[in-house]
Amino acid sequence: MNYAVKVHDIKKNFKKSGKIIKALKGVSFEIERGEIYGLLGPNGSGKSTLIRLMSTLLYPDCGKIEIFDHDVLKEEKIVKRMINRVSVEASFFMKLSAIENLRYACGIYGFPFGKSKERILRMLEQVGIPKSRFNDPLENFSRGMQQKVAISRAFLTSPILMLLDEPTTGLDPKAKREVQSMVKDVVREHDATILLTTHDMEEAEKLCDRISIIHHGKIVAEGIPVKLKEEYSAKTLEDVFLEVIGVKIEEADENE
Amino acid sequence: MSEGNALKEFYAGLAVMIRNFDLVKRYWKWEVVFFAYTIANTVTMGFVGKSMGGGNRTILYMIIGATMWSYLSVLFEVLAETVAWERWEGTIEYTFMSPMKRITHLVGTCSFAIVYGMLRTFLMFIIVAPLFGINLASMNMLATLVVLIVASISFTGFGMMGAVLPLISPEKGVQVVHIFQAFILMVSGVYYSVSVMPKWMETLSYFSPATYALEAMRETVLNGEGVGAIMDKLVPMALMGVILLPLGLLIFKWGEIFSKRRGFLKRNG
Repeated sequence: MNYAVKVHDIKKNFKKSGKIIKALKGVSFEIERGEIYGLLGPNGSGKSTLIRLMSTLLYPDCGKIEIFDHDVLKEEKIVKRMINRVSVEASFFMKLSAIENLRYACGIYGFPFGKSKERILRMLEQVGIPKSRFNDPLENFSRGMQQKVAISRAFLTSPILMLLDEPTTGLDPKAKREVQSMVKDVVREHDATILLTTHDMEEAEKLCDRISIIHHGKIVAEGIPVKLKEEYSAKTLEDVFLEVIGVKIEEADENE
Repeated sequence: MSEGNALKEFYAGLAVMIRNFDLVKRYWKWEVVFFAYTIANTVTMGFVGKSMGGGNRTILYMIIGATMWSYLSVLFEVLAETVAWERWEGTIEYTFMSPMKRITHLVGTCSFAIVYGMLRTFLMFIIVAPLFGINLASMNMLATLVVLIVASISFTGFGMMGAVLPLISPEKGVQVVHIFQAFILMVSGVYYSVSVMPKWMETLSYFSPATYALEAMRETVLNGEGVGAIMDKLVPMALMGVILLPLGLLIFKWGEIFSKRRGFLKRNG
């Protein structure tokens, strides 16, 4: 089997105010090449910790993550060239324009601005940013527009693994639909593997080939959405979540 | 490193430098505020010098202190706050997950700080000099430039070590950086000779590259001394640079590993 990601028995604890918080308690899963894999779970379940481990921003206490057969810890630089990420916050220099931000993003991956300028302009047009706004500070953009620029930034470096960490959280329904359809389009065009974390079950059902449910730092269910629904005799993924966890996702969020 | 990779690192360093200039451009109102404050401080020091008597020499003594300190502060602050700034803007994770080498990241930041600091200091001097009718006839231009270059290298190492503080302590790091900076100001003889301080403070001043930079600068500007005559200041300053630069980089790398273990490499909020 051709795997894009292999996560093996990952554990991670954090110390906060003298207390040990067990964020991940031995998580294992695999993602096939070209797959859109959804990681579903309430706030605080360990989704973002996993994404940050894969992004080389965090070291695990134990376990191993391989991305296209490269160890994230031992071959950090190779892995960094293969991945990019869209996070829940757009995370830009808000005073800078879309072009200035993207020029920086391309530059730190070693692309000269002269060569990347055309790609930046094309990408911004592709995601629907009006030309007249290209030089406006991003602080004047709506959240939806900022997130579209964030998706452009991630795909500009041609990653073969894209980590989407709740990319539609906090967006209005229209912006959410636009971002979701954009993810589908760019995935098709760029032939990338996607790991999508979300707590939006509808979104997961719409976009993902396979999903897993993570709760309290453990994977508690995994499979193809249709099969999971069959297995738990559920109409929706929300019902699957309710069956597996025992509470609705909103309630699980509140309990965190 | 292959030629292709070296070129990638070059573009990455350039991107860091350009980004910082883009930020200066976009935050221009704040730049005006800081610049006005620095001018006011330098002019005040010039008048303090004038009120002490001694004419052009005393005024220049004070103005050299103010301008040189302003330059070294820019170098130190830009570097030391590079992590804090990105944490605050929210871009820290994107910068640190890019394949750019850490040395490239820091060299790009240093290059910006040196160019920006020199431009700012030059502009400041042009504005302040006519106010006091400063006479620079005795200045040795070449030696002054050498002092600036060696001081920049030396202070860059200091800045890199300072940059580790906001990396390992997201909440208190920046405050400690400012305490450290204030301490250097106090012991380095910015507005007075280090000989007036108590012995223990004077001893500490020999560990600050700013002490040598200021003394050397005063000798080249006020006395027109050449490079040969200020070797006793240039050599310790260069030695500090040779030690502090790799040490700063090493400490920063250690800080990055520590942050990745503890989960500190993330935005504020």
